[in-house]
This record gives sequence, structure tokens and C-alpha cells, in this order.
Amino acid sequence: MAFPHGTEAGGAGAAAGWIGPVVAWSTRLDESALDALIRALREDGREVIGPTVRDGAVVLAPITAPSDLPAGWRDIQDAGRYRLAPAPGETTRFTHAAPAQGWKRFVHPPEDRLWRAHRPAHGDLTLEDPPPPPPPRAFLGVRPCDLAALEILDRVLAGPDQPDPAYALRRRDALVVSVDCGTPAASCFCATMDTGPAARDGFDLALVELVAEDGRPVYLARAGSPAGADLLDRLPGTPANDADRETATSQRDRAVATQTRALPPGIRGVLAGAIDSRHWDEVAARCLACGNCTLCCPTCFCATVEDSTSLDGRTAERWRRWSSCFTEAFSYIHGGAVRGDRGNRYRQWITHKLSAWHDQFGGSGCVGCGRCITWCPVGIDITAEAATLDAEAHARAGAPTPGTAAIAATHP
Amino acid sequence: MTAAATAPRRPTLAVHKFASCDGCQLSLLDCEDELLDIAQAVEIAYFLEATRATAKGPYDIALVEGSITTAHDLKRIRAVRRQAKVLVTIGACATSGGIQALKSLADTDDYINAVYAHPRFISTLDTSTPIADHVPVDYELRGCPIDRGQLLHVLTALLHGRQPRLPNHSQCVECKRAGTVCVTVAAGTPCLGPVTQAGCGTLCPRVGRGCYGCFGPAETANTAALADHARLPVQDGGAGLDATATRHLFHGFNTNAPGFREEGLRHG
Ligand code: SF4
Ligand code: SF4
Ligand code: SF4
Ligand code: SF4
Repeated sequence: MAFPHGTEAGGAGAAAGWIGPVVAWSTRLDESALDALIRALREDGREVIGPTVRDGAVVLAPITAPSDLPAGWRDIQDAGRYRLAPAPGETTRFTHAAPAQGWKRFVHPPEDRLWRAHRPAHGDLTLEDPPPPPPPRAFLGVRPCDLAALEILDRVLAGPDQPDPAYALRRRDALVVSVDCGTPAASCFCATMDTGPAARDGFDLALVELVAEDGRPVYLARAGSPAGADLLDRLPGTPANDADRETATSQRDRAVATQTRALPPGIRGVLAGAIDSRHWDEVAARCLACGNCTLCCPTCFCATVEDSTSLDGRTAERWRRWSSCFTEAFSYIHGGAVRGDRGNRYRQWITHKLSAWHDQFGGSGCVGCGRCITWCPVGIDITAEAATLDAEAHARAGAPTPGTAAIAATHP
Repeated sequence: MTAAATAPRRPTLAVHKFASCDGCQLSLLDCEDELLDIAQAVEIAYFLEATRATAKGPYDIALVEGSITTAHDLKRIRAVRRQAKVLVTIGACATSGGIQALKSLADTDDYINAVYAHPRFISTLDTSTPIADHVPVDYELRGCPIDRGQLLHVLTALLHGRQPRLPNHSQCVECKRAGTVCVTVAAGTPCLGPVTQAGCGTLCPRVGRGCYGCFGPAETANTAALADHARLPVQDGGAGLDATATRHLFHGFNTNAPGFREEGLRHG
């Protein structure tokens, strides 16, 4: 599997790569095909997960019909702020950017029982297997940044060294239908991370949603796997024509052009040399150490294990639960927490994501989805903090950089 | 040989009440499914809320609800401590002084005159303080009220000689695990979750309300940054709170908790 983030920085200029060839969309589907698609997936015994509106946001949840998808809503996302604005009469379903959660909760569940052991009054200790995984699923409406995030999680959780069975099973059983982004939010920076706004690979079936002359949505499709090709064969489509493809291309190029956020190209090296920066204290004054950024990030994978016993002491369980490097417990060893203050927890997060991740997993840990920016309750913006640290590094260029070697210690 | 003849003595449990509403003790009675198991695992030796029958101390485990508000309380908590091998404080009153600690920030006589028909019968301290201000406490169960699951978890851990696991991270961690949409970011609702210790089961954010801080301050809580952000105008991403509303946010069930007390006072 190709790791999609070859550029060290995910850096500037990557966006230009998107103003490129017209994508070979094969099939044109009208609106009714969405219904056929969801039906076909359900007939195959799949639970369909897709975007839907709940509690004032586009969230990912089980859906059963196209009417569950968000139509008539536009999401507004910026640092620390998310709002759904009604778009009366709009019938497109995918005019939103990254949903509130990523897909990680469906492949790396927030809570998972690893094992349960029972010791009866008479007899031997028995170990129960973990509960069976959920039925096979279809992920519908996966944004290109989130496709890239799934590929990163594959490398972390399903790599050859220590594959995680819970993840591998769920991922193997998931059929992925992506939908390209036509309306990125202000928080998005997938173009410079080279992960979007159009899908390149990692899907079974890729869609792009366009608006036809009559104002109704229309979809172009192409298969990315044999399973996707089979599925596409079952949908009522017509061959796509060049005019459709041109429309999709210009929609994509407009989506690139609207993005204003980006990470500095040299951020990997900058962070590796910033271990003693004074900026961490400045961030610590604003940061709440609440952990929202890590938990909503579609690639942060950290978890803790917790044990419990029954009152009679005969049954014991071990659970795995999402955790975050912003918690004290995360770096707690005998005697105290290695990262006791908010400044060095923020440093851990941004340095792991944008620098140490390259050493550990061969690419950036960030796909540019913008969630950590939107869902930070005080609007701390990873691109702005990276830019400050970058400027600081340039200002002291020429002077020796302290503490560069110590960066190895920031691996979790 | 019967099981009873060989069974080890069951540990004894005592439940004591100080200034409080009884809600936390009710959490124990609320463990309907587990109550029989609890009664089998421990001997409930002193629990006036549930039974008038009392057995003499010392007790293996003492659960203490309520705060210290009278001179009589001060004497009694020392006796309770002497009689308890392990002392667990339960609830916001016992762990921080509770909502009644509002009186610590005001003139007690004003409160007494406002509340009681015959103020001269009232004999009280000027403060409402947590148990740990007066005697050593082994474990603290936060919350207003406490969480049933955490209570069972701590009892089980004590019975089996295991360290209880009581997270001190923020409520936000629980919101994200639960998939709850953040009310601050998506609706501009003020929420104490980022500075509040988790444990309630996401009761408020999951119904669209901001966290009231029932579980008290989380570790490394940055109350100042949260308050300053909440006071920003709505169009700038804040909740548009004025000084009074900000003080009320922090001076609730955990008024006297370190961090919440000072932050509230900073806003008048
Ligand atoms: S670091 Fe932020 S922008 Fe990057 S992938 Fe994670 S949540 Fe998205
Ligand atoms: S250590 Fe890395 S992967 Fe884990 S929560 Fe922190 S930034 Fe995310
Ligand atoms: S950067 Fe924002 S979301 Fe992340 S821990 Fe700090 S305050 Fe919370
Ligand atoms: S609703 Fe409150 S507790 Fe939940 S994530 Fe948002 S700020 Fe944190």
C-alpha cells in the first residue's frame, strides 16, 4: 500500500499537483442512484455509515436511506467554531467538509473489551474471547482527507509488525465509498497536505457530486477495486462524458483555490529543533489540555488499558479506551508525569503529528482535515502555531539550535 | 463443613453524613442490581440512610458524605477517622465543600438571616470545608452526585486489594469517546468540561447543555484561559459571558475547589 504523504512537509507547492489531469470518471449517476447504492450495500448485509445531521453538526452514524444524508445544510468551520447554516432548497448531500468525527471510531473503537476471565467456585480459570466485531460495514461519503487518514491508521494499527486484530477485522470488512470535496471549510488544508480535495486511491468506489442544469445533484463515479466495480455494475448509470469530467475538474480546482491554511514546508525539521522553544509556555497559557484536538484527529490512535473486577472477585476484564497525550496519566511513571505541564503536552502533540511521525511511520501524521482547529474549544490552530515556530526558527537561523538530539525522546 | 464456617469475615462498611443533601448516599442505594452482591461482599455496619441497626466500629471502609460546617462536625469527623481503616469521601460536599461553600465567600449572618425564620437557633461555622481539610482521606470520589459506577469500582477495588482507577482527565475526553457534539464549538454554549474532571458519564453535553463542573477541577486545569474565552463576544468565538455569569459558572457545586474558587473571584 502506497503511503500517500511522500513530501516531508506535506508542503507548499503540493497543491499545484492537483491542478492536473482530468480524472477518468467512468459513469454518470443520477440522484436516484444514491438510493440504489444504499440498498445494494444493505442487501449485501452491510451496515451503512455515513454523514448525517445531529445536534447541530454533520456527524458519522448508521444511515438507511438518502434522506438521512445532510441536504440543505452548509457547515461553517473555523478555529474553535462550527455552525450549520441552512441552505434552503439545496438538494446536494455532500456540501460539507470534514464531519465532526473521523472514521477512526468505526475501526478503532473508543472502548473495546480486550478480554474477560472467569474463575468459577469450582474449576479452572477460563478466558473469554473479545466480543465479535460488528457486521461488515460500508463507509459512505468518506472525504479524501479521511481516506488518507485511514491509510495512515492502516500503517499504524495493521502494519506487519504488530497488527491490532480489532482494527484489522473492522478495516478488512469495510467497503469504502468516497465523495470528493467541492466546498472545503476555512479550517481545511488538505490541498497542501496532498490528500485532497479529490480522492486518488484508497477507495472501493469514488464519487463526485455535481449540480446539474436543473439544480439537482448528479454523480460521477469510478471504481477503485473489484468490489467497487461489482457495486457500480449494479447501479443505474450512463457513461460519463467529457463535459461532466471538465465540470468535476473545475470544481476540484476551485476547491483547491479556496483553501488558505497550510503548514510551513520545513515544519518537520523546525519542530525537531524546537524542543526548548519559549513558545511552548506561550501556548500553555491558552491551551486547556482538554485533549479534544487529539481525540477528534482522525489519525491519533493512542489508547489506555483499564482493568476491572466483579464484586465477588470471580470475573476480571481488561478494556482499551481512547486516551490522549494531553492527559497526565499518559506520561505517568512511578513518581509522577513526565510531561507535567500543558506546554510540553502541546509540544508532544504537534511534534509527534508533524515531525516524529515521519521517523516512526514514514510520513506526516496530519492529513489537513482541520478538525483539531475547529473543535479546539479555545480555537488553537495547529497551522498558526506551526507558523510561529517556523518564524522563530528562521529568526534564530545561524545560531546553534539547542536540544535537537533530544527529539528522539518525544516518541510516545 | 459449610461455606459459612470457612468464609473469611466480611469487611465492614460504614456510611457517614455531614452537611449534604443525601444524594450521594442514595447513589449507593441506587445500585439496585448490585445491592445484593454488595451486601454479600461487605457487612453494612453503619448506614442510617438505609437502616437503623448499627454495629460498633472500627470499620474497614468508611464512606463520608458532606462538608464540615459546624463545630460539632469538626469533632465528629475526627472520631469517624479514628474508627475507619480506609476513609473514602464521596461527593462534591465532602471533596470540596459543596454548593454550601458559597457561604465561605459571603457574610454567613446575611445568609442565616435570609434563610431561617429564627436565626438565633443557628450555630454554624463561617465556612463549608472539605473533609480532607481536617483529617487524612484515602480516596476521593468526586461528583454532585457521585457516579454509581465509580462507587462500585472503588468498593470492588478496595475489597480485592487493587488500586482504584479514577480518571483525572477532562470531561472532553469522555465527550469525544461518546461521540457527543461539542456544545461550546457547535452552539457557543459555555461549558466547564475542559477544566472539569471526567466521571459523570457525559450527562450534560449529550443533551446539549454545558458542563456544570460537578466533578471539580481536572488536573492542570487552565481555568483562566477557559474563562477569558467564554467572555469573548459570540462573533469572536466566545460565549459572550459577562463577569457575573462567569463567576456563577465557576461558583457552583464546587465553589471552594482550588482553581474554581479563585477563577470565580477573578470575575467580581
Ligand atoms: S492534526 Fe488536525 S488537521 Fe491534521 S489530521 Fe489531525 S485533526 Fe486533521
Ligand atoms: S502521542 Fe501522538 S498519536 Fe498519541 S494522542 Fe498524542 S499526538 Fe496523537
Ligand atoms: S490545543 Fe485546544 S483542543 Fe488541544 S488540548 Fe489545547 S485547548 Fe484542548
Ligand atoms: S461539550 Fe464541553 S466537555 Fe464536551 S467536548 Fe465540548 S467543551 Fe468539552
